[in-house]
Amino acid sequence: MYDSLNEAVTQAQADGISLGELALRTEVAEGLRSREEVQSALQRALDVMRSAVARGLPGDLRSVSGLVGGDAAKMSKPVGPLAGTVFTEVLAAALAVQEVNAAMGVIVAAPTAGGAGVLPGVLLGLSKRNSISDEKLIHGLAAAGLVGAVVAVRASLSGAEGGCQAETGAAAGMAAAAGIEILGGTPEEASHAVALTMQGTLGLVCDPLGGLVEIPCVFRNATGGALALAGIEMALAGIRFPIPVDEVIDTMGEIGRTMDVRYRETAGGGLAATPTGRRLAKERLVQIRKK
Amino acid sequence: MVSLLDIIGPVMVGPSSSHTAGACRIGLFARGLVGGQPDSAKVELHGSFARTGQGHGTDRAIAGGLMGFFPDDERLRHSLELAEQAGLAIAFSNTKLRGDPHPNTARITVTRDKQEAVVVGSSLGAGRVLITSIDGFPVEVTGAYPTLVFVAHDEPGIVAAVSTLLAREGDNIATMRVSRRAKGGQAIHIYELDAPASAGALDAMRAVPAIVMLRSIQRVA
Repeated sequence: MYDSLNEAVTQAQADGISLGELALRTEVAEGLRSREEVQSALQRALDVMRSAVARGLPGDLRSVSGLVGGDAAKMSKPVGPLAGTVFTEVLAAALAVQEVNAAMGVIVAAPTAGGAGVLPGVLLGLSKRNSISDEKLIHGLAAAGLVGAVVAVRASLSGAEGGCQAETGAAAGMAAAAGIEILGGTPEEASHAVALTMQGTLGLVCDPLGGLVEIPCVFRNATGGALALAGIEMALAGIRFPIPVDEVIDTMGEIGRTMDVRYRETAGGGLAATPTGRRLAKERLVQIRKK
Repeated sequence: MVSLLDIIGPVMVGPSSSHTAGACRIGLFARGLVGGQPDSAKVELHGSFARTGQGHGTDRAIAGGLMGFFPDDERLRHSLELAEQAGLAIAFSNTKLRGDPHPNTARITVTRDKQEAVVVGSSLGAGRVLITSIDGFPVEVTGAYPTLVFVAHDEPGIVAAVSTLLAREGDNIATMRVSRRAKGGQAIHIYELDAPASAGALDAMRAVPAIVMLRSIQRVA
């Protein structure tokens, strides 16, 4: 796969194809799998994402620690000024998937389990209000995969290495590319949507209470989805981010490498180290051990 | 080389690709080393596995792997209960392994009939694992291929004999590695194959006098 999103965009433009189509052709050209195999694996991922959203929305699930659950159900009945728009659909779907994840349900790591709500949130939230074929959605997943592959090589996809910017941040960048793909935008718009989204996640720390993929992870998947929507909307409006997307991704990697270890999934800093964070984690871990 | 399907995937039971999916794969590998359902297992958790493993379901994931469940199997959630019902006794404990291993590491001792195997495996992130020790022999196995593990007396000609037996059955070797604890003792051989070793090759290997232990393990990743 590509190690530069700028190069991928140039290639897609030269071939007159979308980023998702370029990703599919490149994957097949690398020789491990046929086009049918790649598409069927992505179809399965899409199906699992749909079932995870459906499983999470009713609100009857609780996480292993009991700290999270039931918020996707609240978000599926929005009452604020954005009620009834794509925005609240994305928040609800992202929360739903991440609540399923926290309850040991089946999800698609995209790119990780901790960031697994963002991409289905954006893809399925967008497609709920616009009729979009599975074929298109699979191209969206492929575009997202291409972005994730570039981030994996240039920066990191691990909270323990790069903080949450490498998990929900990367997932938001991937979701931005997927959104542009399914809405019929150009490869150039996709790269700017990724840059506009990821610039907003730079420096984001990984600070889960008790080290569990629960708080703030569930909510951060929803806000990650919101940032991706912002990036998509700005790019489609013709806004061009002045720093090339590869350099934004490199910046994320550099910030991750120099980030204090307390902010890299160790529960030593950030929200995990607040008085309430420490208290909740302690109470719940004691309860889990008793079970 | 990064594949699209490394990024969009794996399909897995949550909540953590390293603490759950990876842990399950280490359990699956340990099961493979005794050739099926163990009678008992001792699971020692190190580092982050020990600190946050229970909240992440690491214990259930490893128990599920020992039961033969893959990372996307919903039975993982109930694997501790299912293992108990199946008569598989698992003792969990926390430990500090020597040699500064990866933070997400487990040592699993499994017994089945009269066999015992000890495996140390690390979960590297995104569900990828690395088995670093089998029965005290240092190894590096990813579980991404069907893997042939055997222990043989350290004498010349074993590799040639085994690769001939595999070739005769059309089994293709992707990677191979031999390591030993001391010269002239026993050596462990790890062959990663493109497809599981054929029954013919396995039977022929069992007839080689120098081979004292042989296991064919399915891919776990």
